[in-house]
Amino acid sequence: MLPQIFFAYFAVVITVLSILVITRKNPVHSVIWMLVLFVHIAALYIFLNAEFLAAIQIIVYAGAILVLFLFVIMLLNLKKEEQERKFHGYWPLGVLAGTFFIVFFILILSKISVFPKLGPYSIQAIQSEGSIMTIGKVLYTDYILPFEIASIVLLVAIIGAVVLAKKRIE
Amino acid sequence: MVLDNTILLGIRLISPELILICTGLFLLLLDILIKRKETVAFAGLIGIFLSIWVNLKLSSLGLSGNVFSGMFVFDRYGSFFKLIFYITAILTILISLRYLTIQKGGIGEYYALILFATAGMMFMASASDLIVLYLGLELMALSTYILTGILRGQIRSNEAAIKYFLLGAFSSAILLYGISLTYGLTGTTNINEIASSLQALNLLKSPMLFLGLIFFIVAFGFKIALVPFHMWAPDVYEGAPTSITAFMSVGPKAAGFAVFGRVFFEAFGSLHLEWSGILITLSILTMAIGSILAIQQTNLKRMLAYSSISHAGYAILGIISATPEGVSGMMNYLLIYTFMNIGAFAVLIMLNSEGVRGEELSDYEGLAKTHPLASFIMLIFMFSLTGIPPTAGFMAKFYLFMAAIKAGYMPIVIVAVIFSVVSAFFYLRVVMYMYMKEPKGEVALSTSGSLNLALIITAAVTLLIGIFPSVFLEIAKASVGGL
Repeated sequence: MLPQIFFAYFAVVITVLSILVITRKNPVHSVIWMLVLFVHIAALYIFLNAEFLAAIQIIVYAGAILVLFLFVIMLLNLKKEEQERKFHGYWPLGVLAGTFFIVFFILILSKISVFPKLGPYSIQAIQSEGSIMTIGKVLYTDYILPFEIASIVLLVAIIGAVVLAKKRIE
Repeated sequence: MVLDNTILLGIRLISPELILICTGLFLLLLDILIKRKETVAFAGLIGIFLSIWVNLKLSSLGLSGNVFSGMFVFDRYGSFFKLIFYITAILTILISLRYLTIQKGGIGEYYALILFATAGMMFMASASDLIVLYLGLELMALSTYILTGILRGQIRSNEAAIKYFLLGAFSSAILLYGISLTYGLTGTTNINEIASSLQALNLLKSPMLFLGLIFFIVAFGFKIALVPFHMWAPDVYEGAPTSITAFMSVGPKAAGFAVFGRVFFEAFGSLHLEWSGILITLSILTMAIGSILAIQQTNLKRMLAYSSISHAGYAILGIISATPEGVSGMMNYLLIYTFMNIGAFAVLIMLNSEGVRGEELSDYEGLAKTHPLASFIMLIFMFSLTGIPPTAGFMAKFYLFMAAIKAGYMPIVIVAVIFSVVSAFFYLRVVMYMYMKEPKGEVALSTSGSLNLALIITAAVTLLIGIFPSVFLEIAKASVGGL
């Protein structure tokens, strides 16, 4: 019973926070609500026994990405942004599409009866080694190729930032 | 962990990709040391040829198989698509040199990014795991976003890059959603294991799987610009540097078809009835919208963008028919399309000079009088894109449509033929402008050795394959066997 109550709390709060993020007029308020949102999502990871992911969620998202968001907002003209209407002409269409998807998902999720076979990393297996060690082992053995490709993807992103932002080439 | 044989085999099998990535990294350094950009481009070409050589060597050794815990597969299906990517990369570099000097966008990172994008496409074609597939796609996409916006001084290049990036990010998110739904149902991201677990867990009727399938179609459809996921294509193709438009309309598109085939035949092969129904609708829409909207265009780059949309509609027939003939017909089609489309863009680049864009239809008025050879080459590409014999384009369409008829898709082939006829209007209008109108003024051609080489290669292949059609088709047929 207790897990269900916890989950219900987080699910409801995350939904409410997401709506707050997109409806605030002041972008700084939006970002602060997003910070709270990220912390709640991290709590969901702890719930799944993935404490490493929870820490990463807080360090990377709440720590690094949100700071970047704030930097960008600092460069914007907030006065102008606040006066503009938050939702433009298309929002009824968006609400319609959103409602359609919610109904669709509820219909589909209520029909699920089969569950896939579980992998070798049960909660006990992870707890005996610790979640960082398990992730590290998998990442550097089975998933070494995707891991290395990801590093090239990040490199390309850095090159892109440099190429598109450096001083004018004569 | 010891470096055992499986890891060594893995490194050998991904060495073509490794060579491309290392060359890309090397070019970044070379760019700082050497001022002449032609040297950087040349070094890039050497890297590509080295990679081709290694790839051929590996194929001739008969090496194949799944490596890296079944994440990467080296097979003939993937190798054929890699051939298309190599050709695209080489031709793009050849047509870029002069164009970038004129547009003042000649920076060394340009060539490195083309190599990274090519490596990304190769990972896509060889992915046997959805995670590698996604990362390869992202590597390709990120590189192309940057290349689209590389002419920073031009507002339309910036606009195209932002549009492409935003919509591309959405399509990536949709792909990830599809992957996560499939993973949630089957408990694996391995493409072969998905197929077996769908059977084992009796999931074929699951509505969630169907939703995942739709997400895959949306995400891949975005990459190959199927209607209704084509909105980005005309704007991005028009705004991007012409050489990159040529690259985008061929390479990433072929990569999209490669993963389409891999995922839909191997993982969702047993759901053919479901997805072919959706794809038939999209295919007809794509052919119709692509051909009809191309008629209105007066900007040649935009026209070729719509033409590239409609060509995706024809090529998807190969996926729909899902027979070995159909798939080899599609691969053959994509390879021929590579030559004729890059060729057409190369002519566009030739007309581009200081202050003249050479993209409007009116720029081509009376070109045959002033530059007969250039107009003749354009004539070949336009005939080939329409599908008029004896050009390669006719053979490409012929084999693909025959295969689709054999697979029992007669009505949709009739639709395809009708829209091919419609497309003749806007391709031949260019020819009409060149040959039937009087020249307005002097048009300067900006030729260069590398651009001429690219034009000779593309025009020669387009004509030769039209006369000796079986060459590519045999290779394509042999490549399907592995799938």
